[in-house]
Amino acid sequence: MAVREMTKLTLGPITYHWSADARRDFYARVADEAPVDEVYLGEVICSKRAPFHEADLPATIERLERAGKTVILSSLAEVMLKRERKATGDLSAMESPEIEINNAAGLFARGRRPHRIGPFMNAYNEATIAWMAGQGATHVCLPGEMPAAAIAVAAQAARELGLGVEVQVFGRASLAVSARCYHARAHGRTKDNCQFICADDPDGMPLRTTDDRPILRVNGIQTQSESYIDLLPETGRLVADGVTHLRLMPQSVDMVAVASAFRNVLDGTIGLGEAEVSLRDLCRGVRFSNGFYHGQAGYRRIAMAETA
Amino acid sequence: MSNPELICPAGTPAALRTAVDAGADAVYCGFQDATNARNFPGLNFTPDELRESVAHAHAKGAKVLLALNTYPPAGKVDLWRQAADIGARLGVDAFIVADMGVADYIARSHPGIRLHLSVQAAASSPEAIRYYCEHFGVKRVVLPRILTIPEIREIRKEIPCEIETFIFGNHGLMVEGRCSLTNYLTGQSTNMDGVCSPASDVEYARHGDGSMSSQLAGFTIDCFGPGEKAGYPTICKGRYTAPHRSEGYYAFEEPVSLNLSRLLPDLIDAGVHAFKIEGRQRSKSYVRGVVSAFRRAVDDIRAGRQANIADLVALTEGQKQTQGAFETKKWR
Repeated sequence: MAVREMTKLTLGPITYHWSADARRDFYARVADEAPVDEVYLGEVICSKRAPFHEADLPATIERLERAGKTVILSSLAEVMLKRERKATGDLSAMESPEIEINNAAGLFARGRRPHRIGPFMNAYNEATIAWMAGQGATHVCLPGEMPAAAIAVAAQAARELGLGVEVQVFGRASLAVSARCYHARAHGRTKDNCQFICADDPDGMPLRTTDDRPILRVNGIQTQSESYIDLLPETGRLVADGVTHLRLMPQSVDMVAVASAFRNVLDGTIGLGEAEVSLRDLCRGVRFSNGFYHGQAGYRRIAMAETA
Repeated sequence: MSNPELICPAGTPAALRTAVDAGADAVYCGFQDATNARNFPGLNFTPDELRESVAHAHAKGAKVLLALNTYPPAGKVDLWRQAADIGARLGVDAFIVADMGVADYIARSHPGIRLHLSVQAAASSPEAIRYYCEHFGVKRVVLPRILTIPEIREIRKEIPCEIETFIFGNHGLMVEGRCSLTNYLTGQSTNMDGVCSPASDVEYARHGDGSMSSQLAGFTIDCFGPGEKAGYPTICKGRYTAPHRSEGYYAFEEPVSLNLSRLLPDLIDAGVHAFKIEGRQRSKSYVRGVVSAFRRAVDDIRAGRQANIADLVALTEGQKQTQGAFETKKWR
């Protein structure tokens, strides 16, 4: 039980273009009610969106910290343009709060000062994690497509180096990023003239195959899974394998209730079956998947074998 | 003005000899396993084949670049290290790498051999590129296919290494090294297994009305009328519907290939050191045609002559082509 009590629940950065109002409401509720220990803030997907909510950041940080949450600022995944390079450089210069780096441009700017490694940094193995730790990394979020066996080896290596180890356990998986905006493209626009059409899809724009099977979600330059990752049944094994932080990605569902389901399972206060039922209830109409974790096609839902 | 090298694909020993004989300055290739991003059945080299190929290339004055450009999953790092050790022993001229752990190992264990940063590392800013140069001694970066020529010119001024750009072949849409689309549908990973839209998961279904659909792992990626030629089901070149696009559209990109032949003089002027031709999965005759045509074009431009661009354009005849981001940022 001692190990389980140490496991932290985190809330990943909002990947969608939610309005400033929606974000304020969301984080106020997270601060007051969500049983998460750490919250990642900041725009990770599109540098054009940042001005819409940057001004609120200090107040949001203050609000969350006052509620006892650790706040981490996440950097952009794709860095190419001048404004993206500047945003990454500015973030990397911050003394507090902690920062999570998602692009090598951020590693360059940060030097050996402490930082977290984000899920876009491709920390796939123990050699890379050791390299990063030697350069000041204190924590690593593993890539979302890693299977259980590799997670276990990576987590053990990271723990031995004194690093925190994080795995996404809820929400759509990030499957790709691009220089091109697919939201703009879907509406016959270019990225420079997008008119922020992505704001219309707070849980991503659904793509279906031409024979009407749901397949992917478009979120600006990012392509996400149609299914939500759900590793609730796997949390026990993740913790046993050395994962210290479990990441919930914000979706357009009751995230406080989602966090409670995970917290209750970690604390052993409700049974897994009951928690799964409540999670399904919270995410009606959404498919769950755990294929990546089980080394299968990511969209698949692999049933857990009964353990004696 | 730079004096660019022509970097050519070698999926097999026969293709390597063909590329070298057709005038490649360097060829790039990989072993028959997950250590490279074209881990396709029937492709790539055994250590013995690589030894003979290095000898052939060196005898003709061409270099051999070994692609170790995937990301080892934890617990399997040794496979990549052994591949690097074998490559070093066989005398390859450079390693093309993406993973920091692999780069660090080679920089420490084989410091005499050049490191090139693969496009799979997705270094698209001067800062990112300089990170790899300063820490691992990277001598050349293969730039992602997302930059305009003015942007390449600017990057050139801010980095201490050479620049290699793709000029011809498959046109990847996603940031390379950050794409799990194939793994999402098939269970095989581009980053960890070197696999993209694997042939073993491809099916073509003929329908009652004579139309055909191409599928990957049971998902319909595109459909074609009775008279149309069915394309290969690559996820990022597929046709999908969105709520306001019920007719189906190419959500990411149409099935086009990259052809920068018209931009070669501008790329040389921008300071590009090496031109890369994609296509390790291509046939010998394709390699011969493409490499010799680009050899003539590069030599003509170097000599101040007008290059015969028509030959190069004809190489993709019948297939749509694009200059992608290189021509205009409106591509984004």
